[in-house]
Amino acid sequence: MEQQKHAASLGMWLFLATELMFFGGMFCAYLIYRYSYPVEFGVGSRTLNLPLGAANTAVLICSSLTVALAIRAAQMAKRTLMVVLLLLTMVFGLTFLVIKGFEWAEKYEKHHIPGASFQLSAEDMKGVSVDPENMQDFQQRTQTFYSLYFAMTGLHALHMIIGVGLFLYLTYAGWKGQYGPGYYTPLENGGLYWHFVDIVWIYLFPLLYLIDRNLQK
Amino acid sequence: MATTANLTAERENYLNREYGVSSWLLTVDHKRIALLYLASITFFFFVGGLFALLIRLELLTPAGDLVMADTYNKLFTMHGQIMVFFFLIPSIPATLGNFLVPMMIGAKDLAFPRINLLSWYLYIIAGTLMMHCVLTGGVDTGWTFYTPFSTAFSNTKVIEAGLAIFINGFSSILTGLNFVVTVHRMRAPGMTWSRLPLFIWSTYATSVIFLLGTPVIAITLLLVVFERAFNLGIFDPNRGGDPLLFQHLFWFYSHPAVYIMILPAMGVVSEIVPCFSRKRVFGYHFIAMSSIAIAVFGFLVWAHHMFVAGISLYSALVFSALSYLVAVPSAVKVFNWTATMYKGSVTFSTPMLYAFGFIGLFTIGGLTGLFLAALGLDVHVHDTYFVIAHFHYIMVGGAVMGFLGGMHFWWPKISGKLYPEAWGRLAAAIVFIGFNLTFFPQFILGYMGMPRRYWQYPPEFQVLNVLSTAGSTILAVGYILPMVYFTWSLRYGKPAGDNPWGASGLEWQTQSPPTTFNFDQTPIVTREAYDYENMPLPEEVSLER
Amino acid sequence: MARGTAGLITMFDNFPLWPAQSSTYAGNVDLLYIFLVLLSLFTCAAIFITIFVFSTKYRRRHGRLPEPIEGSTFLEVTWSIIPLGVFLVIFVWGAIIYFQERTPPQGATEVYVVGKQWMWKLQHQEGVREINELHIPVGHDIKLIMTSQDVIHSFYIPAFRIKQDVLPGRYTTAWFRATKAGTYHLFCSQYCGTQHSGMIGQIVVMEPAEYQAWLTTGGSFGSLAANGAALFAQLGCPTCHQTESQGRGPSLGGVYGRPVQLEDGRTITADENYIRESVVSPSAKVVSGFKPIMPVFQGLVNEEQLNELVAYVKSLNQPPAGTAGSTLMASPVTQSQEPKE
Repeated sequence: MEQQKHAASLGMWLFLATELMFFGGMFCAYLIYRYSYPVEFGVGSRTLNLPLGAANTAVLICSSLTVALAIRAAQMAKRTLMVVLLLLTMVFGLTFLVIKGFEWAEKYEKHHIPGASFQLSAEDMKGVSVDPENMQDFQQRTQTFYSLYFAMTGLHALHMIIGVGLFLYLTYAGWKGQYGPGYYTPLENGGLYWHFVDIVWIYLFPLLYLIDRNLQK
Repeated sequence: MATTANLTAERENYLNREYGVSSWLLTVDHKRIALLYLASITFFFFVGGLFALLIRLELLTPAGDLVMADTYNKLFTMHGQIMVFFFLIPSIPATLGNFLVPMMIGAKDLAFPRINLLSWYLYIIAGTLMMHCVLTGGVDTGWTFYTPFSTAFSNTKVIEAGLAIFINGFSSILTGLNFVVTVHRMRAPGMTWSRLPLFIWSTYATSVIFLLGTPVIAITLLLVVFERAFNLGIFDPNRGGDPLLFQHLFWFYSHPAVYIMILPAMGVVSEIVPCFSRKRVFGYHFIAMSSIAIAVFGFLVWAHHMFVAGISLYSALVFSALSYLVAVPSAVKVFNWTATMYKGSVTFSTPMLYAFGFIGLFTIGGLTGLFLAALGLDVHVHDTYFVIAHFHYIMVGGAVMGFLGGMHFWWPKISGKLYPEAWGRLAAAIVFIGFNLTFFPQFILGYMGMPRRYWQYPPEFQVLNVLSTAGSTILAVGYILPMVYFTWSLRYGKPAGDNPWGASGLEWQTQSPPTTFNFDQTPIVTREAYDYENMPLPEEVSLER
Repeated sequence: MARGTAGLITMFDNFPLWPAQSSTYAGNVDLLYIFLVLLSLFTCAAIFITIFVFSTKYRRRHGRLPEPIEGSTFLEVTWSIIPLGVFLVIFVWGAIIYFQERTPPQGATEVYVVGKQWMWKLQHQEGVREINELHIPVGHDIKLIMTSQDVIHSFYIPAFRIKQDVLPGRYTTAWFRATKAGTYHLFCSQYCGTQHSGMIGQIVVMEPAEYQAWLTTGGSFGSLAANGAALFAQLGCPTCHQTESQGRGPSLGGVYGRPVQLEDGRTITADENYIRESVVSPSAKVVSGFKPIMPVFQGLVNEEQLNELVAYVKSLNQPPAGTAGSTLMASPVTQSQEPKE
């Protein structure tokens, strides 16, 4: 059993390493473009909803706390507490997704979705001056910001949805009494996955929302 | 009266334990999964091979007269995609690896048998999507999917092909994950890292590349799919993007991918050469470490595919230097294999012939890599037939020969039958001759200046192209022969016995074919790998049959 | 040293193993190549002979037991260090040549190149334009400043041993100095779509006096049909009208002078007027089997340009060297009856 537990843990860590490489490709692309087009990306960052993003960060950190506490509860054979904490984790996860939904809806209303309807408003461009002949290039490069924004937060949200599904199963199995001090490996590994998705957001948030919001050209 | 043949036929093994389609499609036995993979990759080999034949037929004449230009572009694209992603990358790891890894370390199965089955299903889903793409119009971007052609200009099914390869990537990742955990956690007592067969070392190194490299191609192709589907502008200069970013991301995986394709074949050769020299392999630790070195350094050289792409002079210098570094461990392996034969007792069995073929052709292919890594020379030969000849020497002359050698070596274990040795040797010779005739002229064609992916070409290139096409027909015969006699041997081959080659290795300590759980009892390992000096010569192994 | 290889070349006149050496650094590239070929031959010989000797001398024989040899750290280190040393020499040699190839000398004559699907447009500093051909004087440094209008292409002159990818959205450069007059292949060597293998041309190296003469007289502005070809591509016509296959618009190969079946049932002959009308008023006569989606070019092209376009379409009746016979136009139904040569 010990061997199986170690095998399962090693397996999950290796899988998370692959996920790191997966997100890493996008982070790499984002950082390269950020370095090349700081003003355009700064404009993009500014238009993101900071309060909602921060709220999401807090939500996710709380959800990681509840996961860790749930595992502790399993170790202490407190089944009800464990189930409550797992349910809370899912609630936090769903809250994150709902807030993200609001954010994306806002992007749609403000014409920030890349494509034919993309438009930067005067307010978006406040404090930044661009020559008219460079305006088209500027818009295109800002669109690249949004392309990467949607790709990165979209894939992250997909991983959250998968995580919520995973925890649905774990909550059900936990309620059925399958986990206790002797055996909580699936909880641990599920928790590892959840923490990873959380950490990806912890990186996304500053990179997308926080840095260089107010660059002057 | 019970003869040996009857006894073998009656003994329960993984093949006869259960019958029926669902016992195969829902199996979690790593050996059955290996055979499921074997059937699937063989199918894709022949699809890719058919495209190759059509390409070579078109190139018989300078004019574009067999197929239309668009069709030709689809042919070389799909030949590349199918051969790389659906044949070469899974080939040895998913067939021989799946079959042998647990047995070689004394385990009953892999760490995650159900994930192993999932890997196969992901491969099948990906393969089905790919075949659907092929049959409903195909894709013409080249297997390299360079942007902005693939994102904004191609009118073919780029999204479908991209998604197929994306899904296939997860099959690879899970296989790699399974192998790494298995090797770390499921070795039998006494099986220390220094006693592992070199095939395990190679497979382990390959699995590390699977895990770290494949996700990058996954995200890169996904971004290409997004760009096409949602009109984004990540790699399109018309929309603020950078086509060179695509190339960097693409090659970051695709260079290590070539090591995924060659390391397992090197592992096979490391098993065959000691067995048929009756000697432990020369420099075991150096060969083991060279596999790890190749895997690590392989991640550092990707931009040597981009010397004329528009990267800076200084980047090019760095990548060229690193590329020479990565050549050293491969050279070391060749020297070690050669030295293994010194004062050995060599037999020229079919697996050994394939091993010789591998060493010879890999040496030539590897040496031509030196040409390509030389910056000033690469400018001339990049994107010409020289490159095509180089990578086919390694992937076909190397990896496919290794695969065939491994199939012949372990066929008795897998099937319990012996293949006909004379036909095996004949096929090996035909493959070797056909291969060289097909690809050697391409080195010259490339230096002469014939670019790749050309549907029509100036007439002065015709003679060499005709030679090459002639060779490819011979090569095709060489590949069909094993299909025929392996199938024949299933019914009419002599029963193999547990260890027809007298080889070392835990897999040979079990019956042929093995039982479902491999070992009656977990073996306890006390000997080094390749302990041939303490093993008797297999006098009974007659090679005349 | 590079000139010494010229003697070797004459040896291979009947069965050439490399292209003509026609630039200043071509000889250097060939020298490195020959060195590597010899090195490879030597290495292969060494390894193959060793394997042959070992496997025959030590083949299985009754009574002779193999000798257990574990390894030799000394040998391992030796045969790692020596190859590494040789590799580093090759690296430096290659790097020096690359440096030379990527550092255009001061005062080089600049030529602007635009690659597009599927042709090369070149413009000399003097204003002379060429399509798929580059005339240059021998012995002068030429620097190409290149960009692409669409996808990535690559400008490759085997005889000069030079190649450089041509990218959309930025400029890349290449330089050379031709050493021998003659005509040499120009290839596109980065896959770029349907006519990638048709995107070829020639580099015409002339004696300086001849080049001056060429500059000032004809040849400079290209024939009517060549200009039409450039315009055809510039206006985006190949997007729908491909010469080899049916796209959203009918293929134009061989259309001039042939009967065309129209959507409304009429059959007319594709003469100059028809071609002109198709450009300025495309919906007047729509070919059977196609939708009326062609954009109107009235006002976007002047009469001179219309003449060039007409001349170009007429020139498509002669298929370029190396391609299949012209495909029949008219409705898509005839596509399957493509004549094969």
